[in-house]
Amino acid sequence: MDGNSAIGEAAIRAGCQCYFGYPITPQNELIEYMAVHLSRRKGCSFVQAESELSAISMVHGASLAGVRTMTSSSSPGISLMQEGISYLAACGLPAVIVNMSRGGPGLGSISAAQSDYFQSTRGGGHGDYRTIVLGPSSVQELADLTHRGFDLADKYQIPVIILGDGMLGQMKEPVEFKHEAPKELPVRSLALRGAKGRPSRFIKTLTSEPIELEEINWSLFRRYQLIKKGETTYDTFLLDDARLIVVAFGIAARIAKGAIKNARGEGLKVGMLRPTTLWPFPSEKIQELAQKTKNFLVFEMNMGQMIEDVQLALEGNGEVSFYGRPGGVIPTPSEVFRVISRLWYQKGLK
Amino acid sequence: MKKVYTRPRSLKRVPFHYCPGCGHSIIHRLIAEVIDEMNIQDKVIGIPPPGCAVFAYYYLDVDMAESAHGRGAAVATGLKRAYPEGLVFTYQGDGDLAAIGTAEIIHTANRGERITVIFVNNAVYGMTGGQMAPTTLLGQKTTTTPQGRDLKIEGYPLKISEMLALAKGAVYIERTAVNSPTNIRKTKKAIHKALQTQIDDLGFSLVEILAPCPINWKMTPLESWQWIEKEMMKEFPLGVIKDTTSKEDAD
Repeated sequence: MDGNSAIGEAAIRAGCQCYFGYPITPQNELIEYMAVHLSRRKGCSFVQAESELSAISMVHGASLAGVRTMTSSSSPGISLMQEGISYLAACGLPAVIVNMSRGGPGLGSISAAQSDYFQSTRGGGHGDYRTIVLGPSSVQELADLTHRGFDLADKYQIPVIILGDGMLGQMKEPVEFKHEAPKELPVRSLALRGAKGRPSRFIKTLTSEPIELEEINWSLFRRYQLIKKGETTYDTFLLDDARLIVVAFGIAARIAKGAIKNARGEGLKVGMLRPTTLWPFPSEKIQELAQKTKNFLVFEMNMGQMIEDVQLALEGNGEVSFYGRPGGVIPTPSEVFRVISRLWYQKGLK
Repeated sequence: MKKVYTRPRSLKRVPFHYCPGCGHSIIHRLIAEVIDEMNIQDKVIGIPPPGCAVFAYYYLDVDMAESAHGRGAAVATGLKRAYPEGLVFTYQGDGDLAAIGTAEIIHTANRGERITVIFVNNAVYGMTGGQMAPTTLLGQKTTTTPQGRDLKIEGYPLKISEMLALAKGAVYIERTAVNSPTNIRKTKKAIHKALQTQIDDLGFSLVEILAPCPINWKMTPLESWQWIEKEMMKEFPLGVIKDTTSKEDAD
């Protein structure tokens, strides 16, 4: 199954009732999958919106009604959605937003890239907020993290971004779906469905008093601290005896894995840390690793974005090198291997 | 003694904050009266706009949720799709609906979304201090058309309701005003019919209401009522713009 369709199937099995989207390459398989499979389900709705602005606003509406809802797009479309994501964050409304990112800036290219890391992990829209950002690196993980995304969105009442890329979306791999779609879907307790048997209520973001908004910001911050504490996840590869640690996420980690296997074949003790939550970022794990080795290589398909999180985590307590390929260029494992091996010998590692 | 006038149940016991002579408080009250008469207080979900009327949730005693500027119709679409049993209305101004939210309102109407739109046209941006709106009349002075709206520079007032009437999904569109007791009564009737259109699952419904903004028009409340009658109605004539609710096949 292709990655985009796997997200669609996983979303339906997670109980997603409403999907709103707008076509953009390279995520069209996902909107098409939902058009075929979601719109037929009882109590479910699919709308091809007139723009990404509208799509995210429809997600806003469906989330108000208390159902699981999602949208998907790719980089330029995600930029348009930032307005709505800021409102979702402000209102504390759960939703899943999939970004099968492509090369930028501007219209860019339709090839896989990781240049939306900053936009995703720093909130992205206006205001002081964060979203949970998940970084899958296989079709199986796209499915698993889609399911986890819906759970996290509900648990913390927060928008969740799944940051994939054009390659993950298009490639086909075996995938196992671990859940059956629920028959009865629970309605969120804070849903707006008319004031039946309870006083009316409203959900707003505008505040006239700065002190009131400050408290809202504090309450968001406290929620973010809980998420950092409880939900930071990562994957490791051959780290036990590693003298050089590659840090990479998503499809870049997949490429790096091939390169590390080659390096191991040559006797170079290289391992990898792969964050699977990009926000919250596994800073503590990086600090722990820095106690054993100071040598880090960050590999990203951009000009260097996640590297800032690695440097922040290390607080100068490590040497961070970088290899980046922006614009939708997809380097091969052997290219990354050449970078690793050059670095290994330059540093005189043994 | 028979009680002939009282606060509607669906209106909270809170004094309005709106400027003297503003149309919003009249329109809020009309909506509350209609909700009471139709006995739908527990089914209604309203989407107020960014703008003066954003505080509608402080007055209307029904479930409400704010949307981003211009996105009311899209938020209402998502809500109604997720919960078709609800009765969803948006409350939008001319800047919200006819400028920044033009795409949303046209496509919502065209899809025939089962929502009701209360479109308040006061020919200016009220909350931001009286800038030109898409519906500002030719020659009308605003803070961004200090010499008066010039068709060569700013173009013509936008007749969005007439445009929306072209969409087959829109089944009921009427333009009313709140500048006289007669027109206020007609406005109430139109709001009633628009919500009934939604209850009957017929399609998209909209009531455009010409409303006074005396502060930004720099008029007294009485002058503003007269200005609606003499000037606004020339550009935006009152009446039913479209009604295909009795036809089986819309349009």
